Amino acid sequence: MSNSKFTRRGLLKTSTLAGAGLALPTIFTGASAHAFTNDPTGGSVTLGFNVPQTGPYADEGADELRAYELAVEHLNGGGDGGMMNTFSSKALDGTGILGKKVEYVTGDTQTKSDAARASAKSMIEKDGAIMITGGSSSGVAVAVQGLCQEAGVIFMAGLTHSNDTTGKDKKANGFRHFFNGYMSGAALAPVLESLYGKDRNAYHLTADYTWGWTQEESIKASTEALGWNTVNAVRTPLAATDFSSYIAPVLNSGADVLVLNHYGGNMVNSLTNAVQFGLRDKQVNGKNFEIVVPLYSRLMAKGAGENVKGIHGSTNWHWSLQDEASKAFVKSFGTKYGFPPSQAAHTVYCQTLLYADAVTRAGSFAPCAVAEALEGFEFDGLGNGATLYRAEDHQCFKDVLVVRGKENPTSEFDLLEVVEVTPAAQVTYPADHPMFAGGSLGSCNNGA
Amino acid sequence: MDAILLQILNGLDKGSAYALIALGLTLIFGTLGVVNFAHGALFMIGAFCAVTLSKILNASYEVIDETKADFLGNPLKVKLTYVESWFGPETGAAIIDWAVPLAILFSIPIMIAIGFIMERGLIKHFYKRPHADQILVTFGLAIVLQEVIKAIYGANPIPTGAPAVFRGSFDFGVLLGYEANAIIYPYWRMVYFAFSALIIGGVFAFLQFTTFGMVVRAGMADRETVELLGINIDRRFTIMFGVAAAVAGLAGVMYAPINSPNYHMGMDFLVLSFVVVVVGGMGSLPGAVLAGFMLGILESFASMNEVKNIFPGIDQIIIYLVAIIIILTRPRGLMGRKGVMED
Repeated sequence: MSNSKFTRRGLLKTSTLAGAGLALPTIFTGASAHAFTNDPTGGSVTLGFNVPQTGPYADEGADELRAYELAVEHLNGGGDGGMMNTFSSKALDGTGILGKKVEYVTGDTQTKSDAARASAKSMIEKDGAIMITGGSSSGVAVAVQGLCQEAGVIFMAGLTHSNDTTGKDKKANGFRHFFNGYMSGAALAPVLESLYGKDRNAYHLTADYTWGWTQEESIKASTEALGWNTVNAVRTPLAATDFSSYIAPVLNSGADVLVLNHYGGNMVNSLTNAVQFGLRDKQVNGKNFEIVVPLYSRLMAKGAGENVKGIHGSTNWHWSLQDEASKAFVKSFGTKYGFPPSQAAHTVYCQTLLYADAVTRAGSFAPCAVAEALEGFEFDGLGNGATLYRAEDHQCFKDVLVVRGKENPTSEFDLLEVVEVTPAAQVTYPADHPMFAGGSLGSCNNGA
Repeated sequence: MDAILLQILNGLDKGSAYALIALGLTLIFGTLGVVNFAHGALFMIGAFCAVTLSKILNASYEVIDETKADFLGNPLKVKLTYVESWFGPETGAAIIDWAVPLAILFSIPIMIAIGFIMERGLIKHFYKRPHADQILVTFGLAIVLQEVIKAIYGANPIPTGAPAVFRGSFDFGVLLGYEANAIIYPYWRMVYFAFSALIIGGVFAFLQFTTFGMVVRAGMADRETVELLGINIDRRFTIMFGVAAAVAGLAGVMYAPINSPNYHMGMDFLVLSFVVVVVGGMGSLPGAVLAGFMLGILESFASMNEVKNIFPGIDQIIIYLVAIIIILTRPRGLMGRKGVMED
């Protein structure tokens, strides 16, 4: 009679437990070496699209969402592939990202920093978003970028033009494809010089927040380097709707150029008011009075109507560009939605593709591996010519467009015409440029 | 001196809008005792009446132009308006050009109907409730209305131009012996000021010189006595709600060319107009008009560089600063009746 307590079942249990026990330290060691926030374990990966769905920039947010949906469709192998076909990197193959199907969740930034942070937090913590992207305001971009840095996810900024986003507020986990205030100034200055000469007196009206301040600083520096004199720079409340009391003194000031450092509703109203006051029909100092809007957006130009005709500004991209990549994107977007994409749509589409490509090249979703793949990445075929994602500040350097309000538009979308494609070299600045000083990228954060 | 004249002129058109909205607000408070926070939304709907008529007049059909291509390279679809094809290019273009003035006629029945529905459908249920409840429900209504407008027209501003004859500006400086360009003022803003004066005068004349107006004024002074005389004052007050809605709507229609209408414009004006009513005196019609123009002009002066250099940011707080001083020193407002909102 055997008293042995060994049974087949007992052996299996014991060995399973022992195996698990022995493996336990290895699992933890392995986890601590590779774990990162929202590591996708199933057959899909979730991206978080954080755009203004309500509030004053809701139309831009809607266009961004359209572009994101198109990018997801293309990444998953749907549609005509858009700019995936023209992108210089051929890592993406239409099977999602690293073989995982791309899914997405959306959040509403409301163009408010606190609301944007809350929706980004919710997408990271509740929906498991591996990457956050979007936004239509620099205040929001800076706030969400900070959150993503803390949470350990990558932030691919949408429409944000303040120098601070990749300047004093830059973060290791944040990346910007869109251009910035310095680049606008550097691109516009030579065009303004050839059009209006070196002897000009400029009057600035500036939206009183981070983007307005950095844009004013950039344009002032660029135009003063030409020899222009800055007569006055007046800060206007962001909530202002009627700019007549700020515009009325302009003609009396001796200025012959008005620079409107305004965006969105502010730009629409200040430009409309300036034209109403007949500024464009006046002569000052023996010269025609001119108005400049350094940052243009087609959606905003539509709001200002006929007032944009002949007014110069800069933009990140325009649907009328004739390179193969832009044509592919316009065709893809236009066929799906029935109208051409805005610059906001273009930049977020690029950001989504750039993220997916970086993950594929890195072979990992780990934020630090993705950041490493993006840093110093040189690419082409996304509509802006040869582009560099600079490692030092995570800013893209590419050609900048100088545009003018079209005199004879052929359709409601045909509002701007490209007058100059300023080469990337002309808008590139050293990473330690004083306008971008005061912050550091810090260390990349993989999260927990 | 020219800078001062310039800011007075600027303040007049801003004050015109404040005065028109505040006039309606205080009219409703004086008659129905309701603090209507949806009044700014009525101003916004008025502006969108102008947008709507402009869109109706610009309704078009498409003709394929084989010689041109659209953004996808397909033959361009050229839009031709029905109005121009019906009335000929010149007359049609003139009708479209005058969309905003025509919208005055278009908006009056719409605004009166909206005012009537608003009052009968929702606000009348809150007459006996505290002011806080009235503010909450009307503020909620304002949010609903602006979201409806945003759902229909989008979030971006929609340019709605003044007739071509009123574009450009008038050089007051030359007229007054100053240098050219010293005091310039857009024609449409002059029209807006004149229009506001006409509407304000019309409302006062209506209340002062008609039997209906006399009954309304009597009801505002002593509602119970008027009711004891067998007069249905509620019906008249409902009509006055419609009139107030029409006044706000007209203010909005004519404001459309000054700043491109957007769904949020009502909220931008509402808070300031409410301050105007409080400064003028709750329920006081002359007070609302006086305070509207006064605060409009003060706001313009506060935007002057010379003032901002001494008091940075004063342009953002001047109206509230004046309101605080008035409320502290004269709680009933500039022309408010004794006892109203003083406790």
